[in-house]
Amino acid sequence: MHASIILLLPFFSALVILLGHRQLKGAAVLISVGSSVVSFIACVALLAVADDKDNTKLLLPFLDVGQFHANIDVLIDKQSRGMMFIVSFIGMLVHLFSLGYMKDDDAKPRFFGSLSLFMFSMTGIVLAGNLIMMFIFWELVGLSSYLLIGHWYQKASAAEACKKAFLTNRIGDFGFMIGILLLFGLNKGDVSFENLRDAFVQGGPLFDAQKSNPGIITAAALCIFMGAMGKSAQFPLHVWLPDAMEGPTPVSALIHAATMVAAGVYMLVRVSFLMEASPLAAEIIAGIGCFTALLAALMATQQNDIKRVLAYSTLSQLGYMVMAVGAVAMAAKNGHEPHAAEPGHPAMFHLYTHAFFKAMLFLGSGAVIYACHHEQDIWKMGGLRKHMPVTFWTFAIGTAALMGVPFFSGFWSKEAVLGVAFDSGCKVLFLAGAATAALTAFYMTRLLIVAFFGKPRTDSAHHATEAPMIMILPLAILAIFSVLSGYNILATPLQAMKPPHVEGHQTVLWASLIALVAGVSGAIYLYRGKDKDPVNIKLFANKFYFDEIYAVIIRICQDRLAWIVNAMERILVDGLVARLPTAIVARLGAATRMLQGGHLQGYTFLLGSGVIAVVYLVVFVLPRLGH
Amino acid sequence: MITLGHYLVVSGMLFALGLAGVIARRNIIIVYMCLEMMLSAANLALVGFSRFHLVNGLPDYTAQSLVFFTITVAAAEVAVGLAIIVALFRSKQSVDVESVTKLQG
Repeated sequence: MHASIILLLPFFSALVILLGHRQLKGAAVLISVGSSVVSFIACVALLAVADDKDNTKLLLPFLDVGQFHANIDVLIDKQSRGMMFIVSFIGMLVHLFSLGYMKDDDAKPRFFGSLSLFMFSMTGIVLAGNLIMMFIFWELVGLSSYLLIGHWYQKASAAEACKKAFLTNRIGDFGFMIGILLLFGLNKGDVSFENLRDAFVQGGPLFDAQKSNPGIITAAALCIFMGAMGKSAQFPLHVWLPDAMEGPTPVSALIHAATMVAAGVYMLVRVSFLMEASPLAAEIIAGIGCFTALLAALMATQQNDIKRVLAYSTLSQLGYMVMAVGAVAMAAKNGHEPHAAEPGHPAMFHLYTHAFFKAMLFLGSGAVIYACHHEQDIWKMGGLRKHMPVTFWTFAIGTAALMGVPFFSGFWSKEAVLGVAFDSGCKVLFLAGAATAALTAFYMTRLLIVAFFGKPRTDSAHHATEAPMIMILPLAILAIFSVLSGYNILATPLQAMKPPHVEGHQTVLWASLIALVAGVSGAIYLYRGKDKDPVNIKLFANKFYFDEIYAVIIRICQDRLAWIVNAMERILVDGLVARLPTAIVARLGAATRMLQGGHLQGYTFLLGSGVIAVVYLVVFVLPRLGH
Repeated sequence: MITLGHYLVVSGMLFALGLAGVIARRNIIIVYMCLEMMLSAANLALVGFSRFHLVNGLPDYTAQSLVFFTITVAAAEVAVGLAIIVALFRSKQSVDVESVTKLQG
């Protein structure tokens, strides 16, 4: 029972720490790190588990009401095994890195408790065997990310950011819930992934629904995609992700690389049969992914905060993955059937390589920020190459992997994504993907040149020293993975869902190489030896004014609505429901109080008249009524 | 010929007089006496019923035994009631029922 260990270990760790973090103090850190290491080992052991005939295993019947069953059951297949490895591996490294990074933090036990809670929720999403369980853990991820992003809640911006992340996610989750309910209704209350997939074969309930009313499947797919839109920060719900940088850097690494944002893509791949059933949904999903990728890459070119550049690059890469999910379904329609013998998925493969190098980039940026005394502006760094050689080299490797330099892991996965975009038959997807690749190369080279090359621009950059061993170690481990994870030597045992290499994609290969060269050379030409940004595009630097647009929309719609609701509340709820009945009761009470005069004879008189009235009724009125 | 009706009318009148006294009189001793009169009215009605309900040619003694019970209980009640009245008088220095309005809501 590996699965239950993996699921319960972080749960108990979180429970113990969050309940008793005042008493535990230092021990909390040990519990949390220990549980992450043990669950990593369990995940490695899980990799060896072979596929069964029935992969869904029941852990706990959660709800049993009549015909309705919601179970905590785990689905162990190639996808969840591979994903579990990534989650536990990155999670463990982030725990280790946090030992160094959060050394001086006062609320360390709370931080590690939330980290354990996060690992628990993420594990739940990955192992979930049905949509209801996934939704439960989906919400738990929302909660724990709220706790982690808002770890430094004394800072107003952090408090705002965690609120924003939570609320934005709620919008997506609402759609997700509607989608689940649609499938719940269509498939007669069974929402386990395997049964849903099987319901699409000839004669299954979903197959019938698709034949009679294809729109409902599209609606379900798009509603479920809304959940992914929130968690994986796709346009138009992408606004929370860059702000989530307010959390401690290890949290950013965890949220952005391997876990929270990956959850959306992971879930989309889990329900990819829906996209195959609904071409329209697949096209919309691919389009939104592609748009997000391009938009975020443009925004990233003008950011000055080292973590924000990485945040937008995460957004952009997530767009890639989502685009791949849609494109795979579109390509399948065009006759590019997925390889049946070797289940692979470009989105999952890119997620897997991206997890390693993006976690490394974030942890590397954490090391830089730590060394520069919490300075995050790249224009106040510079020349860090000499002061922090290990960080520089690992960061360079991560950058190379992210840009898709040949023979680094990102190259393989990006090519797979672009390849499937090419196969989808939609030229726009492919061209936008290539343009994004060029922009990625551009902004990452810019970041590298500005932060690590040239002369130190401030004192803190001048006195920067290499980060401590506990922070370097995860970087080095991740650097190895960033290079090698694209090759079969790692991808096969780690069950990365690497799609089989497709021959004859000369166009894709050349496009990605040209994009890379163009991006890198453009950035070198513009930024070499510069001390301040030579390019100044307000539109990109201000993230296309999305936050402002949303603020206006909220002011126009929400505030008006709130005004109306307020008026309704005052008139209907306060007036009709609350004040009117109390007034009536008060008047009645005042009237009846007059009867309670305390005069003995008054009571006797009433009693006597009552008796007389009863006698009169019984003797004279009732007989006449025929009783 | 005196019928049951006559007895019941007398009994009803006694009861009504008693009730009127309880309601109208201020002196608590008089109220108390009126209360006793209402009990007597009930007793009279019971005796009347007993006399006119013959069982095997004899009056029904069930009602008469009930009357004895009532008289016994009324005697006990007088003891308690007068004690209460004395206590009331000690605290209020008055036998006027209007002066006792502690139950006012």
